Amino acid sequence: VVWGMLGNRQFCSYKITTKTQNFCRNEYNLSGLCNRSSCPLANSQYATVREEKGRCYLYLKTIERAPFPRRLWERVLLHKNYEKALEQIDENLIYWPRFIRHKCKQRFTKITQYLIRIRKLTLRRQRKLVPLRRKIERREKRREEKALIAAQLDNAIEKELLERLKQDTYGDIYNFPIHAFDKALQQQEADSESESEKEEEEEEEDVDKREFVEADDSDLSDFEDMDKLETSSEEEQEEETEVEKEISHSKSKGKTPLKGAARRKRPHIEIEYEAETEPAAKTK
Amino acid sequence: EKLAAKKKRRKEREALGDKAPPKAIPKTIENQRVYDETTVDPNDEEVAFDEATDEFAPYFNRQTVPKILITTSDRPRGRTVRFCEQLSTVIPNSHVYYRRGLALKRIIPQCIARDFTDLIVINEDRKIPNGLVLSHLPDGPTAHFRMSSVRLRKEIKRKGKDPTEHVHEIILNNFTTRLGHSIGRMFASLFPHDPQFIGRQVATFHNQRDYIFFRFHRYIFKSEKKVGIQELGPRFTLKLRSLQKGTFDSKFGEYEWIHKRREMDTSRRKFHL
Repeated sequence: VVWGMLGNRQFCSYKITTKTQNFCRNEYNLSGLCNRSSCPLANSQYATVREEKGRCYLYLKTIERAPFPRRLWERVLLHKNYEKALEQIDENLIYWPRFIRHKCKQRFTKITQYLIRIRKLTLRRQRKLVPLRRKIERREKRREEKALIAAQLDNAIEKELLERLKQDTYGDIYNFPIHAFDKALQQQEADSESESEKEEEEEEEDVDKREFVEADDSDLSDFEDMDKLETSSEEEQEEETEVEKEISHSKSKGKTPLKGAARRKRPHIEIEYEAETEPAAKTK
Repeated sequence: EKLAAKKKRRKEREALGDKAPPKAIPKTIENQRVYDETTVDPNDEEVAFDEATDEFAPYFNRQTVPKILITTSDRPRGRTVRFCEQLSTVIPNSHVYYRRGLALKRIIPQCIARDFTDLIVINEDRKIPNGLVLSHLPDGPTAHFRMSSVRLRKEIKRKGKDPTEHVHEIILNNFTTRLGHSIGRMFASLFPHDPQFIGRQVATFHNQRDYIFFRFHRYIFKSEKKVGIQELGPRFTLKLRSLQKGTFDSKFGEYEWIHKRREMDTSRRKFHL
C-alpha cells in the first residue's frame, strides 16, 4: 500500500531523481537507492547499520512497533571487533530476509573501512583549505598596482645608489670623485702644456686604466677581442700627448666595465680606434 | 569644473608673477598616512638596544654566516620549481631541497642540526607560487607572506645575462615602523655581510603601502650623477600576513602580529609596515 503511493506514483520527500537512477535520502535506508526493497517506509521489517561518533549500531524495525513511532527503531551496539560484529548482526537478523542481512553486512563493512581511513588520515598532516574571498582579492590586487606606481622603484633605486656613491661606500672603484675630477679638468685646461701635470695625469690615468683592464679581464671573458683592442689603443694613447683627448678617453675607458644597457657605448669607442689600431696589430 | 578652477588659478599665478604663492603640494596617500606610533626614530635608544639583543644580533655582529634552505610545499609545479632555482641564485649560500611530504616540524630540527640559519618555504596554489614562509632558524621569528605577481627571469624584458656569483648589495627602502624594521632586519639577515662591489648587483626590498616589492638589478654609473640599472633576476611582491615569535608552528606559536582583515583594512591611509 505504502509503496503503491510513494513508490512511483505520488510524492516521496526522500526521493531524489537523477537521469539514470532514483536515490532515497532517508537516513535509515540501507542502500541509498529508492527501491521497493530498500525503502524503510514501505517495508515493515527493516534493518540498517549506522555509525555515530565512530561506533556502529544496528537499527531494527519490526511490525509490532509500527504504531509506536517513538520506539520504532531499536538499536544494538555492535562490537568493535569486525568478525564479532558480523556474528552479532547475524544473530540479530536471524530469521530475516536474506537481502536485508546481506546488505547490512555490506554496509557495515564499508563503514568500518572508512572509519579506519579517517583514523589513518588524522595522523598525517592535513591540508587546511583556506577560502579566498574574491572581493578582497580584487581589492588587494588593485592596491598593489597602485602601490607599485606610487613606489617608482627605478627612481628610488637609482637615488639610493647615487647616495651610496656620494657617501663613498664604494671606495675607490669608480673614478668619479666629483670635486677632484672637476679640479683636475680645470687645471688641465689652464695649463695644458706643463709636462709635470701631463706626466701625473698620464700616470694616474694609466693606473686607472690598468685597474680597469684588469677588472675587465676578470669580469668579461667574452670580450677578449675588445680587450686586445683596448690595450693596443692604450699604447696608442701613450704616444698621443694631447691631454684633452686622453681625458675624454679615460673617461670613457673608466666606464668600460660595461654590461648590458651601456654596451652601446662600446662599439662607438671601438669604431673610433679601429682604423688606427689595425696597422699596429698587423705590424705586430 | 575642476579644469576651469585650475585654469583660473594658473592665470592668477601668472598675473602675480614673482609674488605668486608657492604651488600647492598634491595630497598623496603617503602624505596623508595615519601616523603610526611605532615609527622608528633613527636615534631611538630603546630600539637600538632591542636590536642589539634580539635574534638577529649574532648575524649583525658577524658571528654567523647565513645559510639558507629553500623548499616548497608538496608536489611543486614547474613554475614554482624554476622560481626556487632562480631564488637560490639570487640568495648566495642557499640550497634548494624538495619536500617529499615531510612535515615542517620535523624538518626544522634537522635544519638546525645541519647549521642552516634560515628556512624559506614557498607555498604553491594552482601551479603558481603564492605564499612565502621565512623563518630564522635557531629559534627565530617566522614571517608568513602572501606572494603575488611573480615574474621569472625570462619574463622580464631585458637583454642582459644572468646574475654572477658575486655577493650583491641590498637596499631596504621604507621600512619605518617597528614591525617594518624587524622584517627589514629579517631580510637583511638572509644575505652575507660583505657585498662585492665588483659584481655591481643589488637586491632591493622596497616597502610601499604594506607591499614589499623585491627587485634584482645590475647597475652602472654612467657619470657621477647618473646611474643606469638593468633588471635581471626574478621579481615578486610580498604582503605580510603574520609574524610569529618562534619557529614555524601554526597551532601553538606565539603570534607577534597577524593581519586582521576586519580591523586593519578599514582605513585607506593606515599602514603597518
